[in-house]
Amino acid sequence: MLDAFREEVRHWLQKNAPPRMRTPLAHPDEVCWGGKKLQYPEDVVRWRDVMAERGFTAPTWPKAYGGGGLSKDEARALAEEMAALSLRPPLVGFGLSMIGPLLLQEGSEELKRRHLPSIIKGEIRWCQGYSEPGAGSDLASLATRAKRDGSDFVLNGQKIWTSYGDKADWMFILVRTNPTGKKQDGITFLLMDMATPGVAVKPIRLISGASPFCETFLQDVRVPIANVVGEVDHGWAIARALLGHERTMIADVFKEKGDFERMVAAAKASLGLVERRVADPVVRDRMAQLEIDQSCFDDTLARARDGAQAGHKPGHESSIFKYYGTELNQRRRDLMMTILGPQATGWEGPGYDDGELKATRDWLRSRGNTIEGGTSEVQLNIIAKRVLGLPNVT
Amino acid sequence: MNLVLSDEQEMVRTAARDFVASRSSLKRIRALRDAGEFSRDLWREMADLGWLGLTAPEELGGSGLGYVAQMLVLEELGRGLCPEPFLSTILLGQAAILFGGSAAQRNELLPQVASGEKLVALACDEEGGRFELDHVTTKATPTGAGFTLRGTKGHVLGGASADLLVVTAMAGETLDLFLVPANGVGVERERERRLDGRDAAEVRLYGVEVPAAARLEGGLPLLRRVVDRATIGLGAEMLGAMSAAFQMTLDYLKTRVQFGVPIGSFQALQHRAARLFVEIELARSAVWRAHALLDEPADLCTDDAVARAASVAKAKCSETIMLVAHEAIQMHGGIGMTDEHDIGLFVKRARVAEMTFGDALFHRDRFAALNGF
Repeated sequence: MLDAFREEVRHWLQKNAPPRMRTPLAHPDEVCWGGKKLQYPEDVVRWRDVMAERGFTAPTWPKAYGGGGLSKDEARALAEEMAALSLRPPLVGFGLSMIGPLLLQEGSEELKRRHLPSIIKGEIRWCQGYSEPGAGSDLASLATRAKRDGSDFVLNGQKIWTSYGDKADWMFILVRTNPTGKKQDGITFLLMDMATPGVAVKPIRLISGASPFCETFLQDVRVPIANVVGEVDHGWAIARALLGHERTMIADVFKEKGDFERMVAAAKASLGLVERRVADPVVRDRMAQLEIDQSCFDDTLARARDGAQAGHKPGHESSIFKYYGTELNQRRRDLMMTILGPQATGWEGPGYDDGELKATRDWLRSRGNTIEGGTSEVQLNIIAKRVLGLPNVT
Repeated sequence: MNLVLSDEQEMVRTAARDFVASRSSLKRIRALRDAGEFSRDLWREMADLGWLGLTAPEELGGSGLGYVAQMLVLEELGRGLCPEPFLSTILLGQAAILFGGSAAQRNELLPQVASGEKLVALACDEEGGRFELDHVTTKATPTGAGFTLRGTKGHVLGGASADLLVVTAMAGETLDLFLVPANGVGVERERERRLDGRDAAEVRLYGVEVPAAARLEGGLPLLRRVVDRATIGLGAEMLGAMSAAFQMTLDYLKTRVQFGVPIGSFQALQHRAARLFVEIELARSAVWRAHALLDEPADLCTDDAVARAASVAKAKCSETIMLVAHEAIQMHGGIGMTDEHDIGLFVKRARVAEMTFGDALFHRDRFAALNGF
């Protein structure tokens, strides 16, 4: 059965994938995030549409909503066949990775029918409205107010760190529906159309330059009560389930292919050679330490992956990924600055080549890694309490 | 190369854990330390359990269960700080004979090793050599019938109790390994008193006569192959020791009350403990990956790949075990400084293990060289 499926899919992919979709992405921006606000090249759109038609943008989601309806084994076979042909992903985004799976689990039939098909087709791009200026690590203290008015909620407040807020069509958003009692109670999980009057989005410029982050301002924004996921005042558990997902995603996204080879080349060029080795033994030691730790980290990810494939429950090792992956990336970017020396000081040309300028921006950007998606300190709290069983302050 | 344990490997781990829990308390370790000994009875029991032949082929008295199985045993022995001579006799001695011995030597000696009868030690350290295996001044002078060995070896692990020594010596410009009966004429052994109380000795060779057949085949590459594999095995022992020291510290954080609360409720200590946990999990991955590599067929398990894996594992384990040791004392507070408390036993073993086969600095430098920087 599976072999027949694999055979059929292979031929189908070969027949339907446009030529350029069989080559590696030249730039991360070439991948399709869908939505109404960006134009994509014709072959990117064609690839997305043909895949979406078979539900292969969301292979395991039920057919009733436009998904592929594949079993786990079939989905793995599809992924393997796509990898064998070096095919680009037809569609990515928070719809497929975050809100879609959540709706499948927690959403009403009506919400599923309304939103899942447009996620699968890439028609609607989603963003996440969690953090607020006064609610970062302490997310549960969020204060964006939603007051009932007839069949609507009326929203007033401000969200921050909204990734791609300016490019998204809809937002899944946490709002305060009950300001009394425990702060975790009284939070509601809502779906909001970004085109609703009263929504304003402003991109945030970081110390590293332009960024996908935005501020989102909400002034008397009317959202139908029908757009609540789960129950009113009970959105916290839903929000938390999504956060855990986000933290696993963040762990592995920083490393770029060839990072270490670039570092070795830069070290040899900047510091010179002694007996064909990097001349400075102190830098050499730090490079080796970094690469050894990276290797240990990669093997820890592999351990979790192999265990999951063998059907084991996630072990303790999975709690360390966000914490350690981000610390590693910071060390890598910082060490690159040490290696580049005075050439690490450029903001724009001339006088600095593209690699040097990128390294400097990467270093600046990396400082945010241990903050976004749950600070390192919050991660250590989680390890201490949930994994090590250390007591709470009473 | 999958990082998942098979059912058979799980059984080995459970057996090893039960064995150490029921047969080897820290009280036993302390008594042995004070006497400078290990238990011959326990060594024979380990032989009966098949642990002394996990990486030896069946026809030579082994079980061939493999290196990952051996890793699990070593980790548990490390957890219990067991001073029995696994490192010297199995990881070094057995491996040297297995990879460098003639058919006759293998057939004669390896069954005796796997059965626990014969103890072997590798004498490869010399004064001033630090961690360099090719720093050898001991001379092997050809005679008509064989060689005469002259020189002094230090820090010979298991050297005082060994029945058989594997000695490195220079035959002209070539480094070679020789089998030398430990009680032979012209061999003088003096026990070293080390931090961990384990068997180590200085071995002096005053013109020891050995036959030509005593020379193992392989020279420096054989020595490196043996020591790299032993280094990986030592990593497993260190992993067990650091895990146990961490567990002991964690238990203390949960029970020690100051300011009216368990000290483990203080965030300053929680974060330090969480960092230790992360580092230990990373060390575990390196050790596991290296052992999994040793179970791979020869085209993947090349000497070069093993050398890299050994340096990754040993650099990480050396760094982490010292971090755990120092943090363990700090988190225990004053009681951790007393000889009466067991955490000190782990701290001392940690330092000796760190310095065995190269510390973190040595292995990072070697890793860099192996990777072309």
